[in-house]
Amino acid sequence: MTTQTAPEGVLVTTTSASTQTPPTARPPEVQRGPDGGAGAGSGPSGPPTAPRPRRLPSPIRPSAFGAEDVFLLVASAFSALCLVWIVFYQLTSLSGGLGFLVAWYLTFLALTWLGTAQVIERQVATDRVVGVVVVSAALLVIGLVLFIVIWVAAKALPSIHWGSLFTKDQKNFQVADPNALGQVGVLHAIIGTVEQVLIAVAIGVPFAVATAIYLNEVKGFGSRTVRTVVTAMSGTPSVVAGIFIYSMLILTHVLNYSGFAASLALVVILLPSVTRVVEEVLRVVPSGLREASQALGAPEWRTVWSVVLPTARSGVVTAVLLGIARIVGETAPLLFTAFGSQVINWNPFSHDQGALPLVIWSDVRQAQPVLIELAFQAAFVLMSLVLILFVLARIFSRPRGRKGGGRRGDNRPAEDDLLARVFVPIPMEEPTDL
Amino acid sequence: MTTTFPPTSVDPDRPAAFTGTHVPGEPGQIDAEGVCAWFSGRLVLESVDLVMEQSRVTALIGPSGCGKSTFLRILNRMHEVVPGAQLAGSVKLDGVDIYGPGQRAMETRRHIGMVFQKPNPFPAMTIAENVLAGLKFSRVSTPDKDGLIEESLAKAGLWNEVKDRLGELGGALSGGQQQRLCIARSLAVKPRVLLMDEPCSALDPTSTLRIEQTIKEIAGEVTVVIVTHNMQQAQRVSDHCAFFLAEENQPGRVIESGRTEKIFGEPSDQRTFDYVNGQFG
Repeated sequence: MTTQTAPEGVLVTTTSASTQTPPTARPPEVQRGPDGGAGAGSGPSGPPTAPRPRRLPSPIRPSAFGAEDVFLLVASAFSALCLVWIVFYQLTSLSGGLGFLVAWYLTFLALTWLGTAQVIERQVATDRVVGVVVVSAALLVIGLVLFIVIWVAAKALPSIHWGSLFTKDQKNFQVADPNALGQVGVLHAIIGTVEQVLIAVAIGVPFAVATAIYLNEVKGFGSRTVRTVVTAMSGTPSVVAGIFIYSMLILTHVLNYSGFAASLALVVILLPSVTRVVEEVLRVVPSGLREASQALGAPEWRTVWSVVLPTARSGVVTAVLLGIARIVGETAPLLFTAFGSQVINWNPFSHDQGALPLVIWSDVRQAQPVLIELAFQAAFVLMSLVLILFVLARIFSRPRGRKGGGRRGDNRPAEDDLLARVFVPIPMEEPTDL
Repeated sequence: MTTTFPPTSVDPDRPAAFTGTHVPGEPGQIDAEGVCAWFSGRLVLESVDLVMEQSRVTALIGPSGCGKSTFLRILNRMHEVVPGAQLAGSVKLDGVDIYGPGQRAMETRRHIGMVFQKPNPFPAMTIAENVLAGLKFSRVSTPDKDGLIEESLAKAGLWNEVKDRLGELGGALSGGQQQRLCIARSLAVKPRVLLMDEPCSALDPTSTLRIEQTIKEIAGEVTVVIVTHNMQQAQRVSDHCAFFLAEENQPGRVIESGRTEKIFGEPSDQRTFDYVNGQFG
């Protein structure tokens, strides 16, 4: 009998006793092991056994959501639909789609709980109902956002004249012209919005970051009062911000109607929101880093500038993003500051200037279908602008020096994928190890 | 205040040189006299007199809450960072009171470095930048950055592991490596004293051993004061030991201090004997 050799790359099933020595150096008798040749066909008279590859059991997830659970949910949804339909439209004379949906959803939850409690048990039922509520809330939000985006796109895209939308303003608009859409565009509004928002960010963000540092790092005199004021300020209605700039600067002839006046009004809105978010971000930076920096002999400003802010970098960028998203669509403060214009005005410091929200606001109420279409196109451009800003900021906020993987990269496997980087939320810096 | 680094000559008259610009020094000696500490008016540490000798490793041992860490933080003026913290007494580095008039906390901390319980490399900086962080903070320029990085990392026993990945972020290292990076970061500013606040309590036994080796290796160049809860560690690494104890409703005090062999072998106080033999604490 020849000694048994295992082909390369194939795991041979062996008894535990025989794993001690390599199979090639072993006489066949030993192979039976202490449990008397349990392996089939390994007796001394039998033919040499063909090595069998080890068969792995199929993996399971003990807490997986199986077909039965799906059936339970679908059945609950369907029976809730039937039940509510009978009660709503046949037994009582209620009406209204929204009421029907709400009643259906609540009945669905109740039936899910009852069904799961019957089939499995009550704790699982409660757990599942809460899960359904959470998931449906998330779906509702995603659905709403998608609905708005798709609806605006569907309204805007079919009538867009790409050749004119981004190259022309509204001064050539003529009601009688059958090809009026080809003669008008929103370039004047794009210029206005971009300039106003950029100026507002350039003025507002340094102040907001400085205020957040004062509140969280310096913790100086009156910081609680400042925090209260900032919180109250974030509740300022945006129209009030507009009136403030209008009455303080425009009525007093310090400024005329201009994009810059609009920027100042936007700063009033931007400041508290960015301050609050940056403050939250700074609070998450582990205090151990500040101590380490101080223990190296760094002055306070050094600690903030070289340790705290870089650590919170992606969070600060997120805060700025949220601020831009907050102000880019503001309409009310622009009404009596930028005032709106039908023609291109490159200079934000003199004369009235257009803005995308103003185009939407003024054109969608007009009687001409062309202008209504233009308003929807402006809305579409505004949304695209926000998206582009987000994509750019995500790319620029990418942490540097990330090539060896490691702990910071662990939970972001698709870091090199541009799309993933754009759409995966920027996490705030987590405390490294607590 | 930009000085070249390292300076061409070290002022022989060290106490006078201590004020003002940063002079990297040889190991320093710390004399603490009558140190008391309060948190929000509550006395937590009472009249501690302790000498931490030059080029020696001094271990501060004792049960939790006896004021060891507070005492350690007083030694490089990190105590005053805590709101409501007060202190009394004097701490002298080579004869100069670090709490004396005209002494600035930042300056003191450059001479008396500190390594914390939790590894805390700066996550936004690379390994190399972490090592150089102290110089950057104190705006000291060094002609040979690469040499200093290698020297500091080698002293901390990390050079061979990271020499090919100096451009990676500090957070990419393992816990033990991060702690050694923190030691390298502290050594790069050439402190005279290095304080270590339970540097191994967040680490596994292998990393602990590695750091203990590091402590022994750097002990000649810098005076080390280490707080530890691990009796074996105190025995392994330290030359001198001070036993802190806070009895019920009492502030912490130094019960006994002296050579490590004596504290562990034949302590003169019964409470020390009980503690080092694992009777309590």
